[in-house]
Amino acid sequence: MKIEDIVTRIQDETEGVPIRTVKSFMTKIPSVVTGTDIVQWLIKDLSIEDPAEAMHMGSLIAAQGYFFPISDHVLSLKDDGTFYRFQAPYFWPSNCWEPENTDYAIYLCKRTMQNKTRLELADYEAENLARLQRAFSRKWEFIYMQAEAQVKIDRKRDKSERKILDSQERAFWDVHRPVVSRCLYTLPTSSDSFNHYGCSITYETISCCSVRKPAETNSDSSCFLFQILFLNTQLDRHRMKMSKVAESLITYTEQYMEYDPFVTAPEPSNPWTSDDPSFWDLEASKEPSQQRVKKWGFSLEEALKDPAGQELFLKFLESEFSSENLRFWLAVQDLKRMPQQEVGQRAQDIWAEFLAEGAPSSINLDSHSYERTSQNLKDPGRYSYEDAQDHIYKLMKSDSYTRFLRSNVYQDLLMARKKVCVSMFVINQRLSFVYIPIF
Amino acid sequence: MERPRFTPKMSRCLHQVAEKVEGLGQFVMKTRRTLKGHGNKVLCMDWCKDKRRIVSSSQDGKVIVWDAFTTNKEHAVTMPCTWVMACAYAPSGCAVACGGLDNKCSVYPLSLDKNENLAAKKKSVAMHTNYLSACSFTNSDMQILTSSGDGTCALWDVESGQLLQSFHGHAADVLCLDLAPSETGNTFVSGGCDKKANVWDMRSGQCIQSFETHESDINSVRYYPSGDAFASGSDDATCRLYDLRADREVAIYSKESIIFGVSSVDFSLSGRLLFGGYNDYTINVWDVLKGTRVSILFGHENRVSTLRVSPDGTAFCTGSWDHTLRIWA
Repeated sequence: MKIEDIVTRIQDETEGVPIRTVKSFMTKIPSVVTGTDIVQWLIKDLSIEDPAEAMHMGSLIAAQGYFFPISDHVLSLKDDGTFYRFQAPYFWPSNCWEPENTDYAIYLCKRTMQNKTRLELADYEAENLARLQRAFSRKWEFIYMQAEAQVKIDRKRDKSERKILDSQERAFWDVHRPVVSRCLYTLPTSSDSFNHYGCSITYETISCCSVRKPAETNSDSSCFLFQILFLNTQLDRHRMKMSKVAESLITYTEQYMEYDPFVTAPEPSNPWTSDDPSFWDLEASKEPSQQRVKKWGFSLEEALKDPAGQELFLKFLESEFSSENLRFWLAVQDLKRMPQQEVGQRAQDIWAEFLAEGAPSSINLDSHSYERTSQNLKDPGRYSYEDAQDHIYKLMKSDSYTRFLRSNVYQDLLMARKKVCVSMFVINQRLSFVYIPIF
Repeated sequence: MERPRFTPKMSRCLHQVAEKVEGLGQFVMKTRRTLKGHGNKVLCMDWCKDKRRIVSSSQDGKVIVWDAFTTNKEHAVTMPCTWVMACAYAPSGCAVACGGLDNKCSVYPLSLDKNENLAAKKKSVAMHTNYLSACSFTNSDMQILTSSGDGTCALWDVESGQLLQSFHGHAADVLCLDLAPSETGNTFVSGGCDKKANVWDMRSGQCIQSFETHESDINSVRYYPSGDAFASGSDDATCRLYDLRADREVAIYSKESIIFGVSSVDFSLSGRLLFGGYNDYTINVWDVLKGTRVSILFGHENRVSTLRVSPDGTAFCTGSWDHTLRIWA
């Protein structure tokens, strides 16, 4: 577990932080390290550039109770001379030992027996003890005896050792029975023993807890056969070279970066930062910006994705008397989106409109696709026209789309703003000549 | 038994090829809106196509629809179960889907009449044998894709509740899914507790590609905008990029100082930035091409459980166990 790796390394005698006994007024404080030492070590060991990040990480580790300040109950980290002590592995959260209320009762009871000011109960602890006494009134004698036994054992320990153990035990209870008021970093409430969503076993339905374990693997031969088939298909797959793939990703990203609001500020402004929704109003308007028109030239997919682009492309196709291709493609897209009940009828309608003998919007399919499609129609489904749609799309892409990009309707729209911009530029130039002061 | 790892000798990763690409400048990203109203951990959220409305769901069973721009709550529904781990907005903007420990996915039509009881119109669509971990409408209000703790994904017809296709292949809980962005595509990717990310053909139910390089549960998968690759976020504290044409992992996003799991990932519009929500309450922003971390964002007071970029890329929203949602830009 990564946190424990870090906590183990940080206590290492040679590579870790300096843990030492500090002399204080009339007494010695054993086994402590300063907050600054911890922060500095985190920065160095984990190559962190920003001290704030080291503080954040340190605070999270503290909130889990892996180390704690010796003077108060707040489980966080301060980057100063405050003293901290490391928690004993026995008390580490990863042991997944969820302590019972009886354990807590024994602990509080023990504290009251020890007659030390540093072990005096805080108000919330005294309240808890009172509540527990009422709840466990029947077995209080047992609890008392347990507490006595523990105190006896403790007395035999060396003074320094007792100080350390007492503080570690107290820190353990700070994690499991915290003060009710909100602390700086709330403890992440899930631990590895709970499932992915942190469902507590006691309160939630059974359906959520058994889930973490992998499903029982089917060990019969059909399963292995399937795996072999799958792996063979993978072996036969054509893979593109890494360099080509990388170039393709880079090219795509660079092309779209001017449209990415996180990289290039949108015009007139990002509605979330300026509180002005004009950007959205402009995008929704019937007059597409030059930037948007430019995007239609990236790919047929982009042109069709934008309703304005799709409209213009359709108009262009109408002028070439080949609009039935796009209309067929759109109809098949619609078919795939229909409720299951309506799919059969719609599939038949599409056949009648586009593919049947003497169809009003007859499309041109190669004989192979035509055969396959008519076979599919015997049991019409939402994917009956996949082949045909694919064929028509490729046709539009290689033929009509390239002509569309060179067409007047598209070029005019693309250049229209440019013309205006050029004239504005010229006017500005003229004005700038006028403005030069003559001395 | 340890699986031997195959590392091709000649492989270069994306970051090496992208060394020539110009670096990004400094980013100023801040919380622009904070949505308060959930009484418990926020588990999931989704954007509406209108780029400003969102739906969110939480541990106490509440599903809320907000206009994130004004921060007003527009609808609220209380589900009969707790831990609503999945929610999705319909493409038309007229309905939302949600589910969780009830093992179901239900669709609620959103009416304009604020007084109307939404719960009355609820329609139960999907039925799994274990919790629902994720759901998504396909490009219409009529079909929903779900993933579940029972190890399967499924495609459902909303109107009839009929199962159209089921997808078997994961060896453990499936935790996340994402549909390919292409208008012509029929594929989706899923990630699970078996550390695998699988790409599926929706028509046949077949798994067409599988990737297993993560060292722990995959909590989130998201397609790169071109649809040629996808990113994943895992409990192993790394995000990875897998390219479908190269059929392998092409980049890994990690740092020694990041040791908490990633709960949720999403790309900016161009695919240049990858946003990751982490269990240590932070958001790390990665330069997808160069592999460096561009920014770390603080703000949430508990783990970030869900993260989505808005449909036009102007902002991203995070939901957290601290009961709030934040919009960042």
